[in-house]
Amino acid sequence: MRWIKRPRIAFFSLTSCEGCQLMVLNCEEELRELSTRVDVVNFREATDLKRDDYQVAFIEGSVTREEEAEKLKEIRQRAETIITLGACSTTGGINALKNRFSPEYVTECVYGRNPPNRLLVENIPAMPVEEVIEVDYRIPGCPVSKEEFLGFVKALVLGIPPGLPEYPVCNECKMEGNICVFEKGVACMGPVTRGGCRAVCVSFGSICWGCRGLLDDANTDAHRETLGNHGLGDDEITKRFDLYSSFYIHRKGRCTKTTT
Amino acid sequence: MHKDHHIEIRELTRVEGHGNIVVDIRKGTVREIRLEIIESPRFFEALIKGRHYQEVAHIISRICGICSASHTCACLKAVEDALGMRISRRTGLLRELCLCAETIQSHILHLYFLVLPDFMGTHSVLPLLKENPSLMEPGLKLKGLANHISTILNGRPVHPISLVPGGTLHMPEKCELIEIKERLEEATELLHRVWETFRGFSTPGFEKAREFISLKPSSGYGMYDGTPFSNIDGFIEKEDYAHRLEEYVVPHSTAKHAKTGHGTYMVGALARLNNNHRRLTPLARRFLKDAPFSMPCHIPFMNNLAQVIECVHLAEYAIELVDRLLDMGLKKEPPRWGTTWGRGVGMVEAPRGILYHSYTVNNEGLVESANCIIPTAQNLRSIEEDLRGLVPGLLPCSREEVVKGVEGLVRAYDPCISCSTHIMDVEFV
Repeated sequence: MRWIKRPRIAFFSLTSCEGCQLMVLNCEEELRELSTRVDVVNFREATDLKRDDYQVAFIEGSVTREEEAEKLKEIRQRAETIITLGACSTTGGINALKNRFSPEYVTECVYGRNPPNRLLVENIPAMPVEEVIEVDYRIPGCPVSKEEFLGFVKALVLGIPPGLPEYPVCNECKMEGNICVFEKGVACMGPVTRGGCRAVCVSFGSICWGCRGLLDDANTDAHRETLGNHGLGDDEITKRFDLYSSFYIHRKGRCTKTTT
Repeated sequence: MHKDHHIEIRELTRVEGHGNIVVDIRKGTVREIRLEIIESPRFFEALIKGRHYQEVAHIISRICGICSASHTCACLKAVEDALGMRISRRTGLLRELCLCAETIQSHILHLYFLVLPDFMGTHSVLPLLKENPSLMEPGLKLKGLANHISTILNGRPVHPISLVPGGTLHMPEKCELIEIKERLEEATELLHRVWETFRGFSTPGFEKAREFISLKPSSGYGMYDGTPFSNIDGFIEKEDYAHRLEEYVVPHSTAKHAKTGHGTYMVGALARLNNNHRRLTPLARRFLKDAPFSMPCHIPFMNNLAQVIECVHLAEYAIELVDRLLDMGLKKEPPRWGTTWGRGVGMVEAPRGILYHSYTVNNEGLVESANCIIPTAQNLRSIEEDLRGLVPGLLPCSREEVVKGVEGLVRAYDPCISCSTHIMDVEFV
């Protein structure tokens, strides 16, 4: 990654809820400053500009259609740096839950057999971006945290390679002063999930759902055993891992690396 | 003056989601107008099939980043209905407050980030931030305040964390609520400035009578509570709502279209205002009096001003909600257990209109089938019909003017395209 004065950046959205782009637009106080440090040349949700001379591309959403894969290859040719934005583009996210069924079956479920819009609704199993093109950096999370996104932009502007925490959510959960949910008899994905979210879900009374994806060296076997000891059946355990990491669980058995 | 225009706006910008507009004019007559919805379908019914009812709101909120709290609340109401759960007053008030914050955030985002550049002749909000900070200030501050409220209640502005079936996992501190209240009171001045800004822009007076559907509660304006109400047919039983609509697939859209027995209908801020304007808060009513239209209003471009009036109403109403919460005292509301299983229906007003969720939960607590009817999908037919009505009147104008009018109309509806493609209406086996 090289230092670029006022990098030209673009945002692209594949199959997603667009919540991660919204988190970018939620940087109300920082937007003005941001617009003086970078040039946003392509961001469909916010601007009419559709320029192709970007150097950095942020990509939100999973790949679920052939056209999206083609679009990604084009983006890869144009951009020096590709950064995934959020769980869908980083791990396949919630979209990958549909991969349990065939694309034909899910289409028929929603639109019926042979629908008039069949060309538009043709789809393939959901994939993270790195299945199609090489990815340089990844911002996980559903949605991404504003602080982490701004941290990545800061690194970009300074020409420093950004990084992600290599420790589980539990580390930050302790620092937030939360009582471990396992102590309350509730099962949680924190021990195998990459930190960086300040354990916001546990702090707000819930559990870690695993949206930031599995750590590179997560001991998933041990965690399956832990969940089993807390009363979850095999099927329930698989569902917990599947929620955000089903693509890797069923393909590789582990999550993505932080950098390439 | 017979003009030929073939206008194709690929991936319309400054809307939520992916859509194309195609307008074909030959010899001065409109041959074809389509709003193509090309957003990838998400297949949520497959995603949630067999998942536990406690996880469903978490998954289903991912239908949409902008209205995630509305999807969460509609889902929780449906699940609670299916399982025979009752929630406390306190939990109900917190959910209402979440919806107020989300709707203000969504309306302001639409008005300032998506619509304002049209009026100011810029390609995006970014130059306005740099060159016209005083114009942008009320928008940024109100959006920041709305997101702050969501963060206090739910940990973050997108995808709420603490709302669960039967209860609330996190209670705000008393001092946090007092701070929210103070900031909402200070927001009145900002809302006046929003009104001044948007009241001043002229828009096409294009008008078309139609059916308006929104929730109407026994008292109050209604975002969380209420029964579906049509300005033509009156009240509709919520269990019957899905049957009263006909949803159908069109070739050019991944989102389904919908109609009622009366044909096209509209949902959203303008529909709510038409149906419930007598229940606005006093300040919002004063704004309505100053509006360049009277009730009933069938001018789709006025949806923008209806959103401003709703922001005024919701900010004032949110203060009342905070007061009631403070009076009641704050304590955690652990989730309750269901007493039965079966099918349940839940409806709320999302920022873009009436939102319907229905689930069937089996005796193991697993979801067997689901059906969501999304506001934007309900509006697509209305948008296309309005385009057909609007464009002939624009034809003496240049191509640029036609494009501007067409884009402006679609934007005025504030379509949430990524939501609209997530309709699920087939019972799976």
